[in-house]
Amino acid sequence: MYWRHMFLDITISGLISGSVYALLAIGFSLIFGVARIVNIAHTAFYMVAGYCIYYVSHEMGLHPIWGMFAAVILVTALGMVCYKFLINPIREHEGAVLIATIALAMALQEIMTIMFTGTYLSVPSLVKGYFVIVGVKVFYQQLLTFIVALIVLGALWVLLMKTRLGLAIRSTAQDKEVANLMGINEARVAMMTMGISVGLASFTGAIVVPLTILDPLMWMHPLIMMMAVVILGGLGSLKGSFIGAYILGFAEAIVVFALPAGAFLKGSVALSIMILVLLIRPEGLFGVTFEEER
Amino acid sequence: MDLIRFYLRKLVTIVKNEVIVLPSRVVVVVFFLFLLLLPVFTSNQYTLRIFTLTCIFAILAASWDLLSGFTGQINFGHALFFGVGAYSAAMINLHAHIPPWGSIPLGGLVAVLAGLIIGIPCLRLKGTYLALTTLAFPIILMGLVFAFPDLTGGELGISGIKRITRSSVTNYYIAAGLMFGLCSIMWKITDSNTGIIFHAIREDELAVRAAGINTTRYKLMAFCLSGFFAGIAGGLYAHFMRIAGPSTLEVSMSFLVVIWAVFGGVATIYGPVGAVFILFPLLEFLRFWQEYRTLMFACVLIVVLLYMPDGLFPWLRDKIETECPRCKIRNISSRTTCRVCTARLD
Repeated sequence: MYWRHMFLDITISGLISGSVYALLAIGFSLIFGVARIVNIAHTAFYMVAGYCIYYVSHEMGLHPIWGMFAAVILVTALGMVCYKFLINPIREHEGAVLIATIALAMALQEIMTIMFTGTYLSVPSLVKGYFVIVGVKVFYQQLLTFIVALIVLGALWVLLMKTRLGLAIRSTAQDKEVANLMGINEARVAMMTMGISVGLASFTGAIVVPLTILDPLMWMHPLIMMMAVVILGGLGSLKGSFIGAYILGFAEAIVVFALPAGAFLKGSVALSIMILVLLIRPEGLFGVTFEEER
Repeated sequence: MDLIRFYLRKLVTIVKNEVIVLPSRVVVVVFFLFLLLLPVFTSNQYTLRIFTLTCIFAILAASWDLLSGFTGQINFGHALFFGVGAYSAAMINLHAHIPPWGSIPLGGLVAVLAGLIIGIPCLRLKGTYLALTTLAFPIILMGLVFAFPDLTGGELGISGIKRITRSSVTNYYIAAGLMFGLCSIMWKITDSNTGIIFHAIREDELAVRAAGINTTRYKLMAFCLSGFFAGIAGGLYAHFMRIAGPSTLEVSMSFLVVIWAVFGGVATIYGPVGAVFILFPLLEFLRFWQEYRTLMFACVLIVVLLYMPDGLFPWLRDKIETECPRCKIRNISSRTTCRVCTARLD
């Protein structure tokens, strides 16, 4: 009985955190692929989306679903504005972009702290209630989060593989100069990609926030895991990010539920897995070895 | 007596011909005098404490620059060296009862070991892969620290470490002296043949390999050197704060080091040191504005980077000095002819 419990707990937790990491990691690797920007502020946008929902549902008293819409639209706009005025002017300087995004994440964290204080907050779930399988409560919200995450991942796949915008994004990621010569407006594609990437981050925040607790530092852990996923799966590979996310999500879940003091070790074990994989395959599981840019 | 007069005259000549002519050298001398005379002007414990910490972090930022600025191996997990240095110095001091002058260098050596351990797997990686992988190491170590609280003190850290000296003025002088000494050593390293190879590795690793140089060995050497200096900074920090806690391993610590170094300008050594001396006291100075402190800090960073993406100090230096096109000697930009070869400066 105990083992079956644990198995189910691990499955649920692994699937949910895996989907969250997959959504975050794909957004992160999209903007890295297209514009070579390591966007440290990626998960900060995810945090802002969470607070946005809190504001709409608590302070304005509307149904959280409106909060989700508001969050995705506002945060995407915020992301594009930040890109336009902060990141785009210094894009040639790799180090400067890095620091600018770190500073942006810090600034967002501080603004949220000032507006909502640093205390732990929670957001009501969209659907109430739960069902029971072999003695383990499964909340409808968890099920919803997982299904919606899969739907969004599918939609993203269609966008990237079947539309002209997707084609432009993929070709810019492959070779910026040639894409430019083929008449693709590289600056506009980068802007659109930033929008999609931040939109994904805010959407992730919107669907996961009812399951977790809001605090201004909540962006740190997902940031690290997201980077580990991207590296594990191979930079620029969407399939790799997808599979890597579930590997690390399940690794975390197993460590948390199966080991004593697991909550402390979950990050360590997941990151150690990443390093072990890198020792065997330096370009990640499905990494595309980029042409060395000389 | 004649000897003293001779050396005095030599000093005056050097100051007149080599220091006064270049504003950047004047700034370095003024900075040195400022550090030397600070305890004369203020006996405020708080100010001295801030500047002691500033000196310690200046060593840390410069050591990041030695590794990442010069060889281009961007290290996002520099807190690992700092934390390993701090924890091992603390443990050596506490369990083996070795006084600070022994435990701090030993902590540095343990950090060298950490540099080897993470350097060997990481050298197969390049660019962004390397940067994001190195981020993982301090977090792994932090997980271990929390998982074995008997040995490491867990969340509270290791306390009860001996202080370096009782007086805060002496503490300050030790930190400032070490900062000057170690940063000069780092600067000398980057100025030597090894430093030139480091530069070359950043610019074009393939070409360096083609020239018959074992780049892996040099990169590993950069990891170890940087680890040593960062470990010493960590040991100093542990002995100064008298606690080695998990905050030394935090992600924000790693980020802070990168912020300092890039803000000041990478691959210069003096840039990160200067940046720490601006940014760290600035953060303390903004303390009266507690709520908005970090926000202001972030805004200052963003604004400065928007206007000088190469870093503050290289930008300033380019403004006030020009290089002679013929003999490559630097001149103050108000001159119209070179001070050595009298070629026209444009």
